[in-house]
Amino acid sequence: MVPAVLDQRRVERARAVAATVTDPELPMLTLHDLGVLREVALDEDGGVVVAITPTYSGCPAMATMRDDLLHRLQAAGFAEARVRVALEPAWTTDWITPEGRAALAEAGISPPGPAPRREGPVALSLSPTRRAVRCPRCGADDVALTSEFGSTACKAMYRCRDCLEPFDHLKEI
Amino acid sequence: MPEIHTHEADEHDSAYAGLLVNDAHWAFGTDFEDPLAGVDTTVPEGIDAHELATYCLRLGDDALILSQRLSEWCSRAPDLEEDIALANVALDLLGQARLLLARAAAADPSLVPALPEGSPVPPEDALAFFRDDREFRNACLVELPNGDFAETVGRILVFATYRLSLFQRLTSHPDAVLRAVAAKGVKELTYHRDFAGRWFLTLARGSDESRRRLEAGLARTWAYRHELGEDDEAELVLEQVLATSGIAAPDVRPISTGGRHTEHLSRLLAEMQVVARQHPMGVW
Ligand SMILES: [Zn+2]
Repeated sequence: MVPAVLDQRRVERARAVAATVTDPELPMLTLHDLGVLREVALDEDGGVVVAITPTYSGCPAMATMRDDLLHRLQAAGFAEARVRVALEPAWTTDWITPEGRAALAEAGISPPGPAPRREGPVALSLSPTRRAVRCPRCGADDVALTSEFGSTACKAMYRCRDCLEPFDHLKEI
Repeated sequence: MPEIHTHEADEHDSAYAGLLVNDAHWAFGTDFEDPLAGVDTTVPEGIDAHELATYCLRLGDDALILSQRLSEWCSRAPDLEEDIALANVALDLLGQARLLLARAAAADPSLVPALPEGSPVPPEDALAFFRDDREFRNACLVELPNGDFAETVGRILVFATYRLSLFQRLTSHPDAVLRAVAAKGVKELTYHRDFAGRWFLTLARGSDESRRRLEAGLARTWAYRHELGEDDEAELVLEQVLATSGIAAPDVRPISTGGRHTEHLSRLLAEMQVVARQHPMGVW
């Protein structure tokens, strides 16, 4: 077999391992589903380099994600694996995969809608945030915002007016 | 100490057991990594490393000091919702500060205070905890005491409006790290500005008392506003909020401190730095 094919297999195997690592605060999502895992490649020395993009700059889960990735890759035989942090382009909830959105809804968390597009100056908004949110339990769209922050800062809390259950909504950024 | 069990030991014996199983899952465990680990921090050609570092330090200090101030609201805000909102604004700013101080240290390590040989304190912490008040480059506006909720709302509104406008321009800065910090900051600051703007409107249209407090607090902030620089776009946004709220721009003379800080900064730093300074070899 030519080395290039071996390299490609190594990258694929490393990608498969990295893709299974889950978010510590949203354990139903893998880093792949979350869109945090940007690239798996080999450096000049043949070591595996995994590129991730942080979600929020103050997010305490980032260090854990990095640790978990390294531990998982090392346990799978990639002793020399490295994690590269790609800050650009900035992460957006638009990168969450369809499978990730389904997993969120399955876990009772309403998945984010499309992130706001930004062209030119960011327009001022003095009215409460309006989102098209559906209850992840019964599907009703008659919901009320109870708090801009839920169990974590990246989620808002809603209540369904139909089935009366409270639920988290992952905010779009 | 001998352990006494009244039943077979299981994982429910300690509410903290889950935290202790794997250190890596305790977010603020012992392994506080370099926030720029894995990021290419080469200073681009044509950019003066020292200038870039001091600029990042200024932006980082603004965020750090306001974050520390806003943290004082924890458990003291008017209600739980606003308590979490203010803590979240403070957390966003702390995240910005950490990246910016780390960027400053990487661009010009000579800015980082010297610590005892073998100290485990990372450079961004050395900058945050081991500089004296005179070495801080933040605007006086962010070190002023919080005042009441109305004053804090006015201050966040002014600060976030100017910083958002600046960060939007910085998204095309030649330094990739600063550009990335700015791009993420834009999303955070948009929320900070609009959160403060909504409360500003609410308090302006509330009772005579809420309006009186809003105006008094804004006047104190306004006197230091010039420190944030000339920015037509930011001024326009502030005018818009004031007009919607029916509040006139405060008629106050700008206070110039001649490049010095107010006495409030040293007190804030004393509280923020005391533990770190007593334990320069400490591991957290
Ligand atoms: Zn429902």
